[in-house]
Amino acid sequence: MPKQIRKKRIKVPEQDPEARIHNFNEVALGYTFELAIEEASRCLQCPQNFAPCIKGCPVDVNIPGFIRKILERDIKGALEIIQETNSLPGITGRVCPQEEQCEMNCVMGKLGDKINIGKLERFVADYARKQGIMSEIKMAPKNGKKVAIVGSGPAGLTAAADLVKMGYEVTIYEALHEPGGVLVYGIPEFRLPKEIVRYEVKYLQMLGVKFETNAVIGKTKTLYELLDEYDAVFLGTGAGTPKFLNLPGVNLKGIYSANEFLTRINLMKAFKFPEYDTPIKKGKRLAVIGAGNVAMDAARSALRVGYEEVYIVYRRTREFMTAREEEIAHAEEEGVKFMFLVSPTGFIGDENGHVRVLKLIMNELGEPDESGRRRPRPIPGTEFGLEVDAVVFAIGQKPNKVLYQEVPELKVTKWGTLVVDDKYRTTMKGVFAGGDAVRGEATVVLAMGDGKKAAKAIDEYIKTGEWPAKIKPQNF
Amino acid sequence: MFEITGKKELAPHIKWIEVKAPHVARAAKAGQFVVLRLHDRGERIPLTLFRWDKEKGTIELVFQEVGKTTYELGTYNVGDKIRDIVGPLGMPTHVENFGTAVIVSGGVGAPIGYAVTKALKEAGNYVITIAGFRSKEFVILEDEFKKVSDELLITTDDGSYVRKGFTTDVLKELIDSGKKIDFVFTVGPVIMMKIVADITKKYGIKTYASLNPIMVDGTGMCGACRVTVGGEIKFACVDGPDFDAHQVDFDELMMRLTEYRDEEKIALEKYLKEVQ
Repeated sequence: MPKQIRKKRIKVPEQDPEARIHNFNEVALGYTFELAIEEASRCLQCPQNFAPCIKGCPVDVNIPGFIRKILERDIKGALEIIQETNSLPGITGRVCPQEEQCEMNCVMGKLGDKINIGKLERFVADYARKQGIMSEIKMAPKNGKKVAIVGSGPAGLTAAADLVKMGYEVTIYEALHEPGGVLVYGIPEFRLPKEIVRYEVKYLQMLGVKFETNAVIGKTKTLYELLDEYDAVFLGTGAGTPKFLNLPGVNLKGIYSANEFLTRINLMKAFKFPEYDTPIKKGKRLAVIGAGNVAMDAARSALRVGYEEVYIVYRRTREFMTAREEEIAHAEEEGVKFMFLVSPTGFIGDENGHVRVLKLIMNELGEPDESGRRRPRPIPGTEFGLEVDAVVFAIGQKPNKVLYQEVPELKVTKWGTLVVDDKYRTTMKGVFAGGDAVRGEATVVLAMGDGKKAAKAIDEYIKTGEWPAKIKPQNF
Repeated sequence: MFEITGKKELAPHIKWIEVKAPHVARAAKAGQFVVLRLHDRGERIPLTLFRWDKEKGTIELVFQEVGKTTYELGTYNVGDKIRDIVGPLGMPTHVENFGTAVIVSGGVGAPIGYAVTKALKEAGNYVITIAGFRSKEFVILEDEFKKVSDELLITTDDGSYVRKGFTTDVLKELIDSGKKIDFVFTVGPVIMMKIVADITKKYGIKTYASLNPIMVDGTGMCGACRVTVGGEIKFACVDGPDFDAHQVDFDELMMRLTEYRDEEKIALEKYLKEVQ
C-alpha cells in the first residue's frame, strides 16, 4: 500500500498569548515524543546525496537521517547524526530561520506543509538533555597544539567544539561574566532558555574546552599576547556595538539601544528587580525603532516587563520587515502594534530630561536601494508625535572595535567588519575570524557555519604552516 | 572569584580595598577602570583603578558607599570574594610631558586623580594637584598625593581643613597668579568638571575630564554610557572615559546620571532593611 501523505504540519504546542506576556517562559513548548514521531512520519526521506534540505543547511546536518532515527524511536541515534556536524542543536532548533534554509527546500512543500525540521531538531536536543542521553563523541588524540577563541557566541562555540574534537587544546575568552555571547545577552529567555545555552557550554567543557570569562581581548590581554601563547587565534567577537540615529534628543533618559534593554533583562535579570540588583525602567508605552528579530525581541520583552502598549515603528512596509515570520506572528499575537512607513525625526523630553514624545514623519517608498528594497522617502509636512515613556533603538549593530583598534595588521572593511578570505583567514598570520565580526549582522547558524569552516582551516594551517602572501577578501 | 586581600575605611562611607586580580593588574594603566559584579544576583558597576601591583597581582579600589552595591561591597572583608571583575577597561589617560600639568580632583575622584597625577609626574611634568573635599573628615589620599605632586593644594568646602573654597576657586587663583599651565586633568563631581572646563576654556588651556556615566557591560556593547562630545555620540566606556572637557556636554551627563535614581533608592532601602 502506498505511503499515505499527511499534508498538514503537526502543530507545536505554545503558551497562550494572554498568559505568556506575563512571564519569560518559553513560548513554543516543543513536540512531545508522540507528536515528534507524527511529524517525522511526514518526511519523504529523500536520499542523503539528493536531499534539498541538507543543501539548505549552513552546517550540513543530515536531516532525513536524524528524522528517520526519530521514527525508529532512537533518539540517541538522532542526536549522534545531528552532532556529527552541529554541536548546538538545542540552540539551532530554536533560533535558526529554518523557513529560509532547510525548510525552504523541503520537497513536501510541493504537496502540502513543509516538514517542521527546526522543531524536530529541537525535540531531539531537548529529549536527550532531559533524559541525560549523550552521543558517543569521537575525539582525536591530543596533538599538543593550542588554539585561542575570542568570543563565546555561536561562531566561537562551534569552532571550539570542532577543534577540541580534532585534538586541540582550546581556550575561549569571553568579555562578559557568562559564556554564550548574543545567546545569553541578546536572545530572550522566552525564545531561548538560558538553561539550554548553559547545557551546551557544559557539554563543551566536558569535551575539554576551557572558558575564561571576564577577559576582554584588547584590554585584559592583547591579540599579540594570544599569538605568542597559541598556535592560532579565532575571532568570533560578533557585532556588539549598537547603532543610534543622531537625532535631536537621542540621549534623553528612557532611550536605549536594544542591546542595553535586552542585556538588562536577559543577562542581568532586571525583570526580577529588586531581587536582582540591575534595574529596568517601567512605563506605559514603549516604541521600538526597527523591524528585525532584535526589534521583535525588544518589543516582546517590553510587554513582559510591564509596558502596556508596545509599538514597532518601521520606515518601510510589512513585506520588507527582516524579522522571521514566526517572530512577527508571535509579536502580533501578544499585542505588539505595528506602525509602517514612519521614520523618527527626534525626541521631546520632560523637565527631568526623560523622553515623552517620539517625533515621527510619514514615508512613501521610492526607488530600490542597494539592498533591493524600496527606499523610504519622507513626505514633507506629515510630522507627528507619538507619546512614549521609552524608546528602543533596534536598527542594527556593528562590530566592536575594542579588540582590533590597536592592531593595524588587521584590515577592516568600511562597515567595520574584519576582512577574511574563503578560509576565514584575516590579514594577520595565524588569526582567523567568522560570524558577525566578518558578516556584520547575520544569523546564529551562519555564524556557526563560519566557525565550522574556520576550524577546518585552522587545522590545515597548524598542520602545514601555510599562509597566503595576500588575502583575497570573501564577500558576504 | 576575586579575593579581597586588604581593607581600610578612609573616611565615613569611603573605603579602600585591595583585591587579587592578576589579569587586571598586569595590564592596568592610569585612567582605566574595572567593572565588577559582587554575586550572581549583582549588578555590574564601574570602579576606577587607584593602584595596582603587577608582581603581587593585586588592584586597589577606593569607593564611596552611595548605592546598594557599594554599601554591600563595604561589608565585604579581607578573605571575602567578589564574583566577577573585568578589566582594565577604557582608554588609558593620554600621558606625555606637557610641561606644567594641573590635576583638579574632587571628592572620590581622588583615586583616579592620584593615578593620573603619578603618571604625569613620571612622564616628567611639573605637577600641581588641587584636591577638594567636603570637609576635614572626608579628606582622603593626602599622603599619596603628596608623594607624586610637586605642589599639593588641598581645599575643603567648609574650610575645616587647610582652606575654605572649591577646587575651581583654587584653579582660578592659580591661573590669575600668572602661573603658566599647559594641561589640566579633572575628575570628580560633574558640576565641578563643568566649571573647570568653563574656566580653562577662557584661557585656552587643554583640558581633559574623566567621565563617570552609568554603565552596564563597560565594553562598548550597550550604549548606556553615551555622552555627547563635540556634537557626536561617544561611548565613555570604550572611547573614554577621558574626553576633551571643552567639547563635553556636561549638562546632559548630569541629567543622564539621574536615570535610575528611584530604582537606586528602592534597592538601597530594601538592602538596608535586610541587613539591619
